[in-house]
Amino acid sequence: MTAAETSLALPARSQARVWSKFRRNRSALVGACIVGFFGLLALLAPLLPIADPLATSWSAIRKPPAPEYLMGSDEIGRDILSRMIWGAQASLLAGVISVVIAMLTGVPIGLIAGYFGGWTDTVISRFTDALLAMPFLIMAIALAAFLGPSLSNAMIAIGLSAMPVFIRLTRGQVLSVKTEDYVEGARAVGLGHLDIMRRYILPNVVPPIIVQATLTVATAIIAEASLSFLGLGQQAPAPSWGSMLNVAKNFLGQAPWMAIWPGAAIFLVVIGFNLLGDGLRDALDPREH
Amino acid sequence: MLIHIAKRILVALPTLLIVSVLVFSLQKLLPGDPVLALAGEERDPATLAALREKYHLNDPFLMQYLRWLGGVLTGDFGVSLRTGQPVLELIGQKLPVTIQLAFMSMFFALLIGIPTGILAAVKKGTVLDWLANVIALSGLSIPNFWLGIMLILLVSVQLGWLPASGYESPFVDPLRSFQTMLMPSFVLGTGLAATLMRHTRSAMLGVLSADYIRTARAKGLGSREVIMTHAFRNALLPVITLTALLFGELLAGAVLTEQIFTIPGFGKLIVDAVFNRDYAVVQGVVLCTAMGFLLMNLVADVLYVLLNPRMRTAL
Repeated sequence: MTAAETSLALPARSQARVWSKFRRNRSALVGACIVGFFGLLALLAPLLPIADPLATSWSAIRKPPAPEYLMGSDEIGRDILSRMIWGAQASLLAGVISVVIAMLTGVPIGLIAGYFGGWTDTVISRFTDALLAMPFLIMAIALAAFLGPSLSNAMIAIGLSAMPVFIRLTRGQVLSVKTEDYVEGARAVGLGHLDIMRRYILPNVVPPIIVQATLTVATAIIAEASLSFLGLGQQAPAPSWGSMLNVAKNFLGQAPWMAIWPGAAIFLVVIGFNLLGDGLRDALDPREH
Repeated sequence: MLIHIAKRILVALPTLLIVSVLVFSLQKLLPGDPVLALAGEERDPATLAALREKYHLNDPFLMQYLRWLGGVLTGDFGVSLRTGQPVLELIGQKLPVTIQLAFMSMFFALLIGIPTGILAAVKKGTVLDWLANVIALSGLSIPNFWLGIMLILLVSVQLGWLPASGYESPFVDPLRSFQTMLMPSFVLGTGLAATLMRHTRSAMLGVLSADYIRTARAKGLGSREVIMTHAFRNALLPVITLTALLFGELLAGAVLTEQIFTIPGFGKLIVDAVFNRDYAVVQGVVLCTAMGFLLMNLVADVLYVLLNPRMRTAL
């Protein structure tokens, strides 16, 4: 398969149009900048000249923000700024990887349901309905508890809980694409199911899936923070924004800064992904010009 | 209409059955031996075996499932492995608390979401519209457990205006009950308000460009009258269905909010049950939330038909 075949099915000219529409969308650019900023922080965490996020200091317990500790220090004297930066790594990684898990499981199942139809579709759709009837967060909590508390298990739990959304979305898209003439044509030429799905159907259902994935990263980051907050995600002493909040809530009166930073960071990153997702949706929507 | 409702219920039933299978198998996968939790300090193999026998934990999976399902259908959800209390009784105690929280949150959400949605649509493209959209985006993006912590910090710790936690039944002390629920329901309501605002705005925009609105304006009706009686009444339909759907999601949203404000409701029940490996309770609670969710879907569907004159004549 050549590169041209695997890239988005949009022809070059409309790819350029999508890009220019995206660039003109100011809020989408703001979103991209926020996401880029935190992404860079997370990537560069090991290289930045910051304190060891795990180093404790008994002489610096719950120090308010000052030149020495820009964001203050926590209940056992660790540098909050450094924990925030390492926490960005945990949060972004969790958000992205859990969505990748959701896509890798959900998209193929949705493809199969939509492409083959009939009983296959009925069975898959009923299961998806059942999964969607169980609230996302409750499912993630139950799964995370079942797998055992750790950051990677939290990612799996969140990914599996987000999967049904991708099954339903992909199935719907496939249903509208599979009646197109070029799919009929491919079938007439004698291509196998797998080839038709891979070459002619998948590329055409990709744009809405990308939009959904971007928005789901936002949800997944909040979910990871929620699980870590409950003690089901990142384990001490490794930092994550959610687990930092979990400890911070016990020191609200004495050290409010411990609670302010991690939540503000989650808030900002989630805004970034939401803006980016909305911007992509507008740019990829063929109806508006 | 009745036939329509019956049809919808028939479609929902197999979904609920699959949910029950999933819920039951998930429980079986949860780590830890329930018998150990049950026995407490007791480690005598004979006692453990007896307990296992008593709760039919040695039976094949299918038998266990069918026994459980049979119980559920007759209103017996089993007993909590922790307290020995019937699960249905526990749910009966906790659910009203969460329903009170849900109604107060929805009140906040409607109070904020609908007027700002209308305003944003009417003033489309102005600073007001932009501001409303920014607020909605923030409402959707803010982790509500953090919003809760920040409110506790500001309102309870700094200003000392409201209690940071606790719960009082409205039938015992209505004022205290209202005070303890005020912050949690505001926190839970903000996300919903944002969703409602966005939908109200787009529904209003759709309606405001319709021909009959132009006609109403051409007839010389005041713009306030056009907006409220002609446009809003028609834009209301999708908003009402959405409200019903959001109610279904509120049950889940309550999990963290109840945790933050230590409200002894449904959400706290499930978190405690998961941590205590209290199988029967987790099963019952998840099944109940799924039922609630499907029920609210049904309500949304029925409301849509009832309120839409075109759909009414079609039936």
